[in-house]
Amino acid sequence: MSIIVNHVDFVYSEGTNTSQHALKDVNLQIKDGEFLGIIGHTGSGKSTLIQHLNGLLKPASGEIYYNGRDINDKDFSRKELRSKVGLVFQYPEYQLFETTIFEDVCFGPKNQGLAPKDAGLRAFEALRNVKLPKELYYQSPFELSGGQKRRVAIAGVLAMKPEVLILDEPTAGLDPQGRDEILEELARLHREQNMTIILVSHSMEDVAKYVDRLIVMDDGRVAYDGTPREVFKHYEELKKMGLSAPQVTYLMHDLKKRGFDVDEDATTVAEARDTILAYLGKSR
Amino acid sequence: MSIIKALKLTHEYIHRDDEGNVDSIETALDGVDLDIAEGDFIAILGHNGSGKSTLAKHMNVILSPSDGTMWVDGKDTKDEDKLWEIRQTAGMVFQNPDNQIIAGIVEEDVGFGPENIGVPTSEIWTRVDNALAAVHMEKYRNHSPNKLSGGQKQRVAIAGVIAMRPKCIILDEPTAMLDPVGRQEVIETITELNKKEGVTVILITHYMEEVVNADKVFVMDHGKIVMQGTPREIFSDIKTLKEHHLDVPQVTLLAHELKEAGLNIPDGVLTEEELLHILCQLS
Ligand SMILES: Nc1ncnc2c1ncn2[C@@H]1O[C@H](COP(=O)(O)OP(=O)(O)O)[C@@H](O)[C@H]1O
Ligand SMILES: Nc1ncnc2c1ncn2[C@@H]1O[C@H](COP(=O)(O)OP(=O)(O)O)[C@@H](O)[C@H]1O
Ligand SMILES: [Mg+2]
Ligand SMILES: [Mg+2]
Repeated sequence: MSIIVNHVDFVYSEGTNTSQHALKDVNLQIKDGEFLGIIGHTGSGKSTLIQHLNGLLKPASGEIYYNGRDINDKDFSRKELRSKVGLVFQYPEYQLFETTIFEDVCFGPKNQGLAPKDAGLRAFEALRNVKLPKELYYQSPFELSGGQKRRVAIAGVLAMKPEVLILDEPTAGLDPQGRDEILEELARLHREQNMTIILVSHSMEDVAKYVDRLIVMDDGRVAYDGTPREVFKHYEELKKMGLSAPQVTYLMHDLKKRGFDVDEDATTVAEARDTILAYLGKSR
Repeated sequence: MSIIKALKLTHEYIHRDDEGNVDSIETALDGVDLDIAEGDFIAILGHNGSGKSTLAKHMNVILSPSDGTMWVDGKDTKDEDKLWEIRQTAGMVFQNPDNQIIAGIVEEDVGFGPENIGVPTSEIWTRVDNALAAVHMEKYRNHSPNKLSGGQKQRVAIAGVIAMRPKCIILDEPTAMLDPVGRQEVIETITELNKKEGVTVILITHYMEEVVNADKVFVMDHGKIVMQGTPREIFSDIKTLKEHHLDVPQVTLLAHELKEAGLNIPDGVLTEEELLHILCQLS
């Protein structure tokens, strides 16, 4: 089972002089249980692409298949799709609307037809998973800090028990510990519940550490698609696309140039440490 | 000479309930002592809610002390007659590039501040020219700001502040919403302003690698300054940083792990070049 994006094009304000060709012949296959990262410069089409995956935007041409069925077919229920493919927006403010945080997180499961009690249990579980302090559960979501709003928005989607969880830059503006907590929670959902996770991020170090597969968007097209190691090999081209590579990647390439026989494609601290130690003849 | 100085600076936010009764009082700044020398590049780190933005807002007199004193270029921020002078001395750039740009054309946006304070027209244009040159955005002067990338928008916002000829610029997480090249553009721009024009820079950020070239780093937690020192001093103490919910740059962590594994590497390695040099000497 999977998501297939087949020759998708999308244009904002088509036919006007402000039209914007945001996706250009995008082809992708996302398998069940993948942890996928999407990187790309601002305006490269990341948000547009992921809004296609849960049917918020419709392709101008091409199709999106979810488990073999075209999601834009008339007989494909929107409601079913939204509960299976959960999307956490770049600006979570737009996703919160109830009077208390708890009610807000209950909204999704209630809307799926769950009894209030079951919806409540789902909400508690989801709020616990995103590590929101208990004393905040019955406060208004609008008084929260940006990082906490982000957690509530993620809990709102998790409470629907989606098969696919898509997050648009969920760690922007978070402090390092907040960032790690959210990413560790995603890794846990991926590992323990085999949830498919799609993470849009501007942090090269974070995607290198967490994702299995990385897609690079550039000007509406998929420029690279591979493991972080494969993608960050192209660090020189990535720079021209408004991106960079993790800090250690530059170090490894420079070490190689100085004659160190190390794994030059290491992208995480652990990989870099191990290959440097192996070369210098020290093992832990 | 100190450009920003605080003595026992305290700020309390009063939370009220629906009927307007005081519900709780939160001490967001708790007796902060601070002394920033003119011309320095200063970084302020701290977890979300530690009080960084509240402190920044005192430097720009958006807030006034509940207790204690803040001086900007020698002027007490409680002195209402000095409000506009202080705001011109200390300019502020915020996180979201989309909320800071007012005019429909870049050059008008940059000229807006000087015009507002009655700078003569001919001088406004000189200031706009210089400010756009300083952030390397001359080519875009007749563009519409909403067609620019995030990094370019932030550079326009910085130009708008520079056009006011401030002695000091305070940037509150200016790179949080930017892609890697946008981030780099902003950091290079403010570094150059600091080095070439001698403008004091106060940078608030969650990206640890952006502060490695700062003259001094302050770490905040619970409204207090809990660590201060050079980047090397601060990033040598990973354990304490983690206690304050912070981190170190990726190369600093790598150097630390190599040291733990037995290599002869000092603490607080800051840059890729530095670690490269050390490893070359070891082999
Ligand atoms: N609602 C919209 N109306 C018109 N153009 C848009 C809209 N949203 C995005 N765009 C344009 O589409 C392109 C892709 O944007 P987006 O998908 O938001 O990129 P990213 O998420 O990678 O920053 C950009 O050129 C952007 O300006
Ligand atoms: N306008 C406000 N009203 C009430 N409390 C506030 C306000 N702004 C900030 N606070 C509180 O003050 C504390 C410090 O906030 P802030 O200075 O924004 O921290 P930081 O910028 O380090 O994230 C936080 O606990 C925050 O909730
Ligand atoms: Mg986006
Ligand atoms: Mg802040």
